[in-house]
Amino acid sequence: MEPYLKHDSVAALMDRSNVDTDQIIPKQFLKKVERSGFGIHLFHDWRFNDDGTDNAEFELNKPAFKGAKILVAGDNFGCGSSREHAPWAIADYGFNTIISTSYADIFYNNCFKNGILAIRVSQEQLDKVMAEISANEGVRFTVDLENQQVITPAGNGFSFEIDPFRKGNLLSGLDDIGLTLKHVDKISAYEVQHKQTFPWLWA
Amino acid sequence: MQALEYAMKKTMYEKIWDSHLVVDEAGQAPLLYVDRHLMHEVTSPQAFEGLKISGRKVRNPHSILATMDHCVPTKNRNLPIADPIAKKQIETMADNCRENGLNLYDMQNPNNGVIHVVVPEHGFVHPGMVVVCGDSHTATHGAFGALAFGIGTSEVEHVMATQTLPQKKSKTMQVVVNGSLSKYASAKDIALAITGKIGTAGGTGYVIEYTGSAIRELSMEGRMTLCNMAIEAGARAGLVAPDEKTYEYLKGREFAPAGDYWDQAVAYWKSLTSDEGAEFDTTIVLEGADIAPQVSWGTSPEQVVGVDGVVPSPESFADEGKRKACEGALAYMGLTANTKITDIPVDLVFIGSCTNGRIEDFRIAAEVAKGTKVAPGVTALAVPGSYHVKQQAEDEGLDKIFIEAGWEWRDPGCSMCLAMNGDELTKGQRSASTSNRNFEGRQGKGGRTHLVSPAMAAAAAAAGHFVDIRTL
Repeated sequence: MEPYLKHDSVAALMDRSNVDTDQIIPKQFLKKVERSGFGIHLFHDWRFNDDGTDNAEFELNKPAFKGAKILVAGDNFGCGSSREHAPWAIADYGFNTIISTSYADIFYNNCFKNGILAIRVSQEQLDKVMAEISANEGVRFTVDLENQQVITPAGNGFSFEIDPFRKGNLLSGLDDIGLTLKHVDKISAYEVQHKQTFPWLWA
Repeated sequence: MQALEYAMKKTMYEKIWDSHLVVDEAGQAPLLYVDRHLMHEVTSPQAFEGLKISGRKVRNPHSILATMDHCVPTKNRNLPIADPIAKKQIETMADNCRENGLNLYDMQNPNNGVIHVVVPEHGFVHPGMVVVCGDSHTATHGAFGALAFGIGTSEVEHVMATQTLPQKKSKTMQVVVNGSLSKYASAKDIALAITGKIGTAGGTGYVIEYTGSAIRELSMEGRMTLCNMAIEAGARAGLVAPDEKTYEYLKGREFAPAGDYWDQAVAYWKSLTSDEGAEFDTTIVLEGADIAPQVSWGTSPEQVVGVDGVVPSPESFADEGKRKACEGALAYMGLTANTKITDIPVDLVFIGSCTNGRIEDFRIAAEVAKGTKVAPGVTALAVPGSYHVKQQAEDEGLDKIFIEAGWEWRDPGCSMCLAMNGDELTKGQRSASTSNRNFEGRQGKGGRTHLVSPAMAAAAAAAGHFVDIRTL
């Protein structure tokens, strides 16, 4: 995983609530056995017309939002299935930051495993940054994870909360499994006791 | 002393959590031990790839049970899979399981079926376990009093390598359903009514425990349906305390404790129930008798109404977000506000999925379908959740009832629940479906899904529109 660095990027606006993982990456693209290459299918059913051309009505197709790394979206983003293909598609498309009032639990976890910073803000804060983007499409925000700050040109910046463990992993780009395996002796000790207590599970 | 006793009162979730903590140190997420790991072909290949690249091995192969369900055809199983990408995914699953010595019920195996239907059939999940799967409907197994939740593919890899997961402790929500359900109201209707009440984000951050007499009266199949849809209300897991029904269901199954271990296991399971007076962070109460058969009218499982109701108008929502969502949903669904639910026609009916693909679901649907004919222009699919469900239904003669009524009787798989295997709606087609999600395009691009119970689906197939089955 790439370490998450302070950056200054276009913020794209998706003013919709309950964006579900079936929309983020529709099921017809879940058959691949690789992790890469999902970005071209991100939001496929919204993003493309039936003939495969870009749907001009779809917000992320606006020229002003091209190259955006920050996605600002409505409440309960990423609800529905557990498919990690959703954050793979989001990351592969180029986003590394999402700003919303809330996320579905599984999706939220999946983001951090893939170098995506999912920021939670209050409704009031979200309304402000959404208004700023609406008024000035193509506006660039600065995201500083180290100091837990988002800075915007119109002064709608804010600081955000994040679990220190998740923050550390994003900043260092560290592998979760490697961290857990530092505790392998404790896992083994737990299993010894588990076998004694629940022998039928090990028969 | 009294204060100490009070402090020690725990919910079932807290008991399972505490007994599975491997590491709980400041500065890092607690590590939770995983007893059972379920797998299917869609969310596992990248995890095996990651394991291979890093030179790691599956720590406990015996903790894993795998099946193929999402991409498998539900007819002409003897022919090669036409879609080359699906074929590769199926083959990759077989290779991965063989290389790692995992128990796989592949497409030809008589135990094959939808993972969350197959696993209980073999008694693989017991009360008090921590169970994971790269699938949000893992919540199903909470019906046994197991903490069961969906995970992403990176976490699948993590569990394979370490048998643990870093987890954040959830809040607890108690959903009480008092009294008894009315005739023809089912576990599915409870699940939809709860989602309608609290919304698809209402359970976010929570584990739900379902309690109350209407829950105790549910069969194990009904409890599975209910817990299955905990995720539709945003909760990663749902729980029902184990009782005699649970033990009766498990006894004698392949992976259930046997011999002297049985009594030992039951004694442990009995200790798991939430302590009298244990506190939940939130409690929601419903009256069983008030729950009408539910029909979803929109593109989110929270957009539901009783079958005797009407499609709501955007103006009926005070919240601006909900009003906008209603407008969008009505446009996508091709519905007009204030239309009576029973006036909505259907083109296709689907009974099946990890929500409603069990024997009890086909029994009640057959009861309604018996002696009827599928309405002109309607296609009706009965897709058992597993080969065992299929066999059981055939032993009871249910297949004949469906076939005589004009239904297609298929082989098991996820099928039209998420339409990955070629069974799907075409643009503008409308379904009555016993599955769990009515998101845009879920059953095919432009397809319009109405979520209902099996009895409601069977009645809609015969009438060609929704029917209040309480009046049949």
